[in-house]
Amino acid sequence: MTRLTAEALIVTRGGRPIVDGVSARLTGGMFVALLGPNGAGKSTLLHCLAGLMRPDVGRVLLDDSDLKTYDLRSLARRRAFLPQSPRAEWPISVERLVALGLTPQLPAFGGLPVAMAARVTEMLAQVDLLDRRDQPATTLSGGELGRAMLARALVGDPDMLLADEPLTGLDPRHAIDGIVRLRGLADAGKLVVASVHDLTLAARFATHIAMICDGQLIAFGETATTLSSALLSRAFAVDACISGAGTPIAVVDFVAR
Amino acid sequence: MSRLLWPAAILLLVAVMLLSLAVGRVWLPPSAMIDGLLAPQPNLASLILIELRLPRTLLALIVGLTLGLSGAVLQGLLRNPLASPDLLGVSSGAALGAVIAIYFGLASVFPLATPILGIIGALIAGLVTFTIGRGGTLTLILAGVAVTGLASAGLSLALNFAPNAFAAFEITNWLLGSLAERSWSQLLLATPFMLAGMACLIVNMRALDALTLGETQAASLGIDLDRARLLALLGTALAVGAATSITGGISFIGLLAPHLVRPFVGHQPSRVLLPAALFGAILLLVADIATRLIPTDQEVKLGVLTSLVGAPFFFWLVLRLRRTSP
Repeated sequence: MTRLTAEALIVTRGGRPIVDGVSARLTGGMFVALLGPNGAGKSTLLHCLAGLMRPDVGRVLLDDSDLKTYDLRSLARRRAFLPQSPRAEWPISVERLVALGLTPQLPAFGGLPVAMAARVTEMLAQVDLLDRRDQPATTLSGGELGRAMLARALVGDPDMLLADEPLTGLDPRHAIDGIVRLRGLADAGKLVVASVHDLTLAARFATHIAMICDGQLIAFGETATTLSSALLSRAFAVDACISGAGTPIAVVDFVAR
Repeated sequence: MSRLLWPAAILLLVAVMLLSLAVGRVWLPPSAMIDGLLAPQPNLASLILIELRLPRTLLALIVGLTLGLSGAVLQGLLRNPLASPDLLGVSSGAALGAVIAIYFGLASVFPLATPILGIIGALIAGLVTFTIGRGGTLTLILAGVAVTGLASAGLSLALNFAPNAFAAFEITNWLLGSLAERSWSQLLLATPFMLAGMACLIVNMRALDALTLGETQAASLGIDLDRARLLALLGTALAVGAATSITGGISFIGLLAPHLVRPFVGHQPSRVLLPAALFGAILLLVADIATRLIPTDQEVKLGVLTSLVGAPFFFWLVLRLRRTSP
């Protein structure tokens, strides 16, 4: 089973700690909702966990080896990363966009092998974009592009997915679809870490909650036991009422204090 | 559509190459070429063909390939439809390097000095543009403008201190860009550099495709972005530096060629490269043939013609960008 361990990570920018001593043990099967106010350091932490940014102090271990000992390609085969609001820079077809997820598996030259093309089709079917496969990716709506990018991230069958605000800009229906998909991945044994702003969705579908405040991990644990009104009050300065955390009917309501 | 692109490009390239061998002050139809080659040597037709037309045609071919390819790689790498060796200052840097070699008489002592100084000039210019222009279309183009300005100032300085009017005229004339009267030895001198440059540019294919998703996702897919940037910079400097040191300034080919082929290959950056190179060569050959056909007292310089035709295209590109971007 995949194990991702953060050991006392510190990232300093402009003399200010962005990530301040974060340690956590994450394993396959977890869907960790990374919560926290704007500017708390969620993105930076995700970049460190993905090996896309080196922490100034501390290290990240995948299984038992430091991330920096992995070569870029073998790490890319095991870990998928989705940045905040990803977009396609050229109007390539949706099918080609998804196929880009297989880059670490491909040789330096040549087209897509037949077996991989079948895998791309399978992923397109999973995210309901089969009928859009030849459409330029730049003409997709926000929700469709989000699904295409998720398919891109998962087409190489990685062990873990790190996603930075994957639900941003999605309407309620697509947001639920998206987070159910993330939970499904965790149920299939993968490790999923995603920063999320919708507390109710996090309370319903995340197996674990990680709360970041001023760069520090102030709470980490199973959703049912970790997500409390005291925690939300401390992190977001709101009075919150939580019912059924960790169940599919959970509701989080809050008012400004 | 895309299946027709390759045969069409190759057919067109062969046709314009034959035309380039045939057209000039003396019209040489294919029959005359063959007669000349078979007749006892030396004869006028074979001399014209082998000593003038063939090196000129081959030079147009390889310089065109070089410009088209480097334009396509730079546009893919920077995800910027306005990127090209001339707009990023690489061509001006190369011209300055080559002029320094010619101006100080290094070229006459040591023939390799011109391409080498051209490449160094291109490398420095590219390095400065890439370094200070990181972070967006606008900053990059501005950095290119600044570097071009600096290189132009250097060229003006060389003209300013030219030992005599004739030397100044020589430099200006060379800067206009031309393929006329280039010798086999010049062609052979620069070709290895251009081939090495093209090799550096070609190995970037996967990186360019992955960059369609932006730099973060490309990095997460195992692409070494620093390596890709370095190879593109080195490849462009080698290829464009060596090309410019032989031909003088030839602009807009690198900008134009990728745009011509992009819609036919589904906009996938890696698939743009080779067709863009072929169309770069076709464009340059057509332009060079046109300079020979336009009936003026003095032959119109190739660089002047490509600018005259390329600049309106640039206007069109700017107008289109204005429509598509917010």
